[in-house]
Amino acid sequence: MNDNPIILQACDIILQRDNRTTLSIPHLAVHQGEVVSLIGPNGAGKTSLLLVLAGLLRPMRGTLRFNENNITCSSALLAYRRSIAMVFQEPLLLHTTVFNNVAAGLKMRGIPHAEIRRIVPYILERFHIEHLAQRSSKALSGGEAQRVSLARAFAVNPRIVFLDEPFSSLDPPTREALLQDFESVLSEMKTTVVFATHHQDEALRLADRMAVMRDGTVVQIGTCEEVINAPQDEFVATFVGMETLLRGMVTETKNGMVTIAVGNQRVTAIADARVGEELLIGIRPEHVTLGTVSAPHTTSARNMFAATVVDVVLKGLFYKVVLDCGFPLTAFVTGQSREALGIRTGTRLTATFKATAVHILRKKG
Amino acid sequence: MDIIVEGTKKAFILLLTLDRETLHVTLFSLKVSGIATLISVVLGMTAGVMIGLSEFPGKKIIVSMVNTGMGLPPVVVGLFVTILLWRSGPLGFLDLLYTPAAIVIAQALIATPIVTGITVAAIQHLPKNLRLQILALGATRVQMVWLLVKEARLPLLAAVMAGFGGVISEVGASIMVGGNIKGYTRVLTTATVMEASRGNFDLAIALGIILLVLAFMINILLTAIQQHDRPQ
Repeated sequence: MNDNPIILQACDIILQRDNRTTLSIPHLAVHQGEVVSLIGPNGAGKTSLLLVLAGLLRPMRGTLRFNENNITCSSALLAYRRSIAMVFQEPLLLHTTVFNNVAAGLKMRGIPHAEIRRIVPYILERFHIEHLAQRSSKALSGGEAQRVSLARAFAVNPRIVFLDEPFSSLDPPTREALLQDFESVLSEMKTTVVFATHHQDEALRLADRMAVMRDGTVVQIGTCEEVINAPQDEFVATFVGMETLLRGMVTETKNGMVTIAVGNQRVTAIADARVGEELLIGIRPEHVTLGTVSAPHTTSARNMFAATVVDVVLKGLFYKVVLDCGFPLTAFVTGQSREALGIRTGTRLTATFKATAVHILRKKG
Repeated sequence: MDIIVEGTKKAFILLLTLDRETLHVTLFSLKVSGIATLISVVLGMTAGVMIGLSEFPGKKIIVSMVNTGMGLPPVVVGLFVTILLWRSGPLGFLDLLYTPAAIVIAQALIATPIVTGITVAAIQHLPKNLRLQILALGATRVQMVWLLVKEARLPLLAAVMAGFGGVISEVGASIMVGGNIKGYTRVLTTATVMEASRGNFDLAIALGIILLVLAFMINILLTAIQQHDRPQ
């Protein structure tokens, strides 16, 4: 729970396009100083929500409140837009020098030249682009251009910054370097940020809270830990990488523990459920530990199954191992673990996970 | 071939000796077409920016009409302006027919759709989110429009060049509404037509060359500005 006051609040927002509701947000509050990430598939409404929150897209219905003030009339809207900044996926720099681009927002606010000459070099330095000050914006690489775009946003010392997938078009090393600098600026300036991203790792790294969007609405919002480990439905679970989703029926309850029949196997979980109840359970791949049949992983975990490797897929820095335990189960292992355990299709292993690693998603209806 | 060589020689002689009548016709052409271009830039760019930035029902029809207007035959414009300014016409009381003002009006009518059409295309060609980005920088609507125009300045210069090129070289409208009156409404194109019809091909060629050089110099100047400003 964030104790900081609410800086931005959207209520009953409805946005329609071609007589179709593209955005429906009953309530969304952003606290001062927090970083909120919007994640969701393409077309989920992340960009539309950002534009509405930034006062750049007028909803058909609903109110937007900034510091308790309603943003309705055009003068309030201009004042609001001068309190915020927005960075798009493409840098959208003006055809002038880097210095002038970073100074653009300040000039529009009528900041004196002497002050601009003080602020711009400082911000350029914060984003490590001071050497580009006099370069034309058209002569920048993608990474440099996005740095300029971010510098331009932070130059006006905004109360809120809205970012629409600003790192997604960058190559991994450039993205990593920019993310580091961005994190450093954020921790120094304590700016409130709302950003849309496709990358779960970006959201986990930067955000205090995560809002998962689908079909123009926020289906779950909470701390990153809550959303990742306790998704509220199958869609969110799938979207946040809960690879194993199983349907089962409670066969036994005892001391807060439940035994769930999944196929011919029994999975133990911590839950408040009644015998006979049908459940959907989710297990994150990072929570599954693998061991060899001859020397199973020593653990206090309540769930241990003999498993056969069905598939091994390289996924970035680790391997995704799909197992058959009498039910499908997915685990992540490092390259080193894969070698040590001799994991390949057909390898027999033991798979273990704790009762606390089993997340219960109650079936709707 | 001799006619062309003679014509070229004559053009140089006329220019080098600062022939009074040629100089007058040249300067008058520049003045009339310059004013007409200026009017078309003001009207055409304003309309083009408004059309380019707005969404309204029937926009496609308006843009199609503007694009059609870009190829408006000068004689049709001349005819239309003549009827308007004819003594018994709706604007006959202004007594403007066969005056330089009539040529300016006709030429402005020819150049405005050209400037409008290119401006609409230039504005619509800007990145989709640039407008939102500028607003997000805290711009007022006026600041936003000004920045967008600045961002589209290269194609907008092309609009100026096309507009000027269209009017400095047209003859149909100028002859109809101006009457080719010596020392009063005679421009380079009408003078060229007249000399050619009299069989004075050398003089006609000389005037044609002056017209070409003039158009070339103006476009060289505008191209230099445009290319200097071009992204590296």
